[in-house]
Amino acid sequence: MAHFTKATSVKDWLNQRLAIEKVEKVMASEYWIPKNINFLWAMGMVLAITFAILLVSGIFLLMYYQPNVDTAFYSVNYTIMRDVDFGWLWRHVHGVAASVVFLVIYIHMFTGIYYGSYKKGREMIWVSGMLLFIAFSTEAFSGYMLPWGQMSYWAGMVITNLFSGGSLHADFVVEWIRGDYVPAQAFLTRFFMLHVLLVPLAIMGLIGLHFAALRIPHVNNQDGEEIDFDAEAKKYLDGDKAGSKVMRFANDFMSKDMMIVGIFLVFFFYLTFYNYGFAMDPVNFDPADGLKTPAHIYPEWYFLWSYEILRPFSIDIGLMAFGFAQVIFVLLPWLDRSPNAVPASRRGAFKYWFWMMLVVMIVLTAMGKLPPEGIFSTIGLVAALVFIGMWIALPFITAREKKV
Amino acid sequence: MKNKEPLILAVVVFFSLVTYYLVEPYAHHVMHKQVDSENFNYADLPSVTKTGNAANGKALVTGAAACTGCHSISKDGMPAPMDAVSAAASYGVNPPDLSDAGAVYDVKFLTDLIKNPAHALKVEHKFDANKGKMHPMVPFFGAGGDLDQEVADMVAYLQSIAVSKDELTPKVAYENACGRCHALSYENWTQIGTKPTFKHKKDSLAFDIQVLEYQDSLVKYMGKLPPDLSMYIRSRGEHYISTFIENPQNHLAGTAMPRVGVTAESAEKVIEHLKDAGDTKRHEREAVGQNVMWYILIFAIFAFLWKRSVWKDLH
Repeated sequence: MAHFTKATSVKDWLNQRLAIEKVEKVMASEYWIPKNINFLWAMGMVLAITFAILLVSGIFLLMYYQPNVDTAFYSVNYTIMRDVDFGWLWRHVHGVAASVVFLVIYIHMFTGIYYGSYKKGREMIWVSGMLLFIAFSTEAFSGYMLPWGQMSYWAGMVITNLFSGGSLHADFVVEWIRGDYVPAQAFLTRFFMLHVLLVPLAIMGLIGLHFAALRIPHVNNQDGEEIDFDAEAKKYLDGDKAGSKVMRFANDFMSKDMMIVGIFLVFFFYLTFYNYGFAMDPVNFDPADGLKTPAHIYPEWYFLWSYEILRPFSIDIGLMAFGFAQVIFVLLPWLDRSPNAVPASRRGAFKYWFWMMLVVMIVLTAMGKLPPEGIFSTIGLVAALVFIGMWIALPFITAREKKV
Repeated sequence: MKNKEPLILAVVVFFSLVTYYLVEPYAHHVMHKQVDSENFNYADLPSVTKTGNAANGKALVTGAAACTGCHSISKDGMPAPMDAVSAAASYGVNPPDLSDAGAVYDVKFLTDLIKNPAHALKVEHKFDANKGKMHPMVPFFGAGGDLDQEVADMVAYLQSIAVSKDELTPKVAYENACGRCHALSYENWTQIGTKPTFKHKKDSLAFDIQVLEYQDSLVKYMGKLPPDLSMYIRSRGEHYISTFIENPQNHLAGTAMPRVGVTAESAEKVIEHLKDAGDTKRHEREAVGQNVMWYILIFAIFAFLWKRSVWKDLH
């Protein structure tokens, strides 16, 4: 056993047992961050805070929610909204955060794409991030089922139907997922479990992996500059704080993180109190009714782009396109064959590829919500084809890029 | 190096707002039919020219017009001839108590309703006398004098006994205008009235049976059970509800729901009552919202000052 001395303070006592000073160094004070990064790099902290808000508000909702097809709607809309003190606040916070978290995830993703932060040794950051995106999507979808409103029911019906594999008619897979022929009690209970236990656990594990993946390659920066972190860290520790190209995570970058979080929370609570409606589909305030299909069935806004890649095609081709859209982002570090890890503005055709991808995804998002009729379905089809074509073209256009 | 952050922020905000606009206001505009308010003018109904006499009106209501054969006027000591369940079995729906009708409903509407119910209610597609389908409310054909004058007298009587506009509560407005067809379970309201608290389970069940029997008649009359409106303020929103109350045919052509004929003030009260059912915490939300906004704003300012103090050594 190690040698222990009489502790001189609480910190010392803990330090001998938990090595808190070492942990503090690795996690905060000697976790080196490049200086030339902008506020987009604070999105990670914004996401962490939003996840914490979701977790806490979710725990409060969990105390009163009833995962039963007969009482779920009532427990959400009556018990939580009327009877429980501040239940309405927890619900609106949870609903708004669930929507906003995706906005920030998309900003975070596009930041990574723009600055090439998935390249050159940073592949694991990207892959773990994409796994987080998938986990968050599962979390959002399973959570949307729980109030057991009309859109919960029908979106659940539509999405689980996808697992029949089109003309494979693997209906047994759909029934296995639902535990019934239609979304019913078994479906609600298992999605409840997924939402409150299994997926959050996976998310927390993946957040750990995502953070760990940052330690060795370090955070990218907005000039794509290769920094000798050891040399720059030494400069900083020797007192040349201003001359060093890096700073500590805490309190240096964290103070900026907190400033951005503060601004973000002003926006977040504005939405929570004054514009919560955008995150709560009105149709979902009608109780689930298996005999009455809503006029329009659409997923929440953050799934619309991939929904629209599915929709304009015949079912089998649509499913293939949908599958393609789900996995293709994960492969980005290998599809981008350029030697450069610099901002898109300093690259060749990729510069246009980036902005076009952004616009195509927004177009897909818009068309995914609009009814698939006339001009909307044509635009949707074209956008879906452009999306697929752009990904196929990516290795070719990036391979031509010269080293900058 | 030039600070690019404002530009980056502008780009992020721009694309976020474009996306928001497309999936929210624009998509909803495309998906939902736009129905404008008619300002509760009931412009399709003939205007009222005669001034009524309440005393004559009372004589007509209780006498020649035979209103009290079906309607109660509890305020003036006239009880209902039948209980709600039996009345619904006979007429499809329980005829309303007329005590406050003069306050809840528009004058033009009431006037036309007495003379020509199916027309005022806009249910002529359902009740066509020529095809032998009479509206359960019998039109008043006159007591021998000037028909328009007689109707004006009756309306004047109803107005004379009704509560004043200021006294009309959201609850009473709702019960009169909507409550005989639409339950409001979050406010404990059933189509036959507020469900009392019973000491014994069997009394509670007996009440529920009455409600179910009433609903059976209603289903026969309307085609389906009119929905519980508890969450309608959230699922449909104010504008939809207001324009729907004004003229259901504008939203759902051919619907069995009659035009209710309320005044603009009564419609507002109905919506107020629906908010009481489905958005109870709105006042608390406003108060808490303000405090939280101040708190978080101060937090942001402190965070900014902290950042500045930390970063002054870094440059």
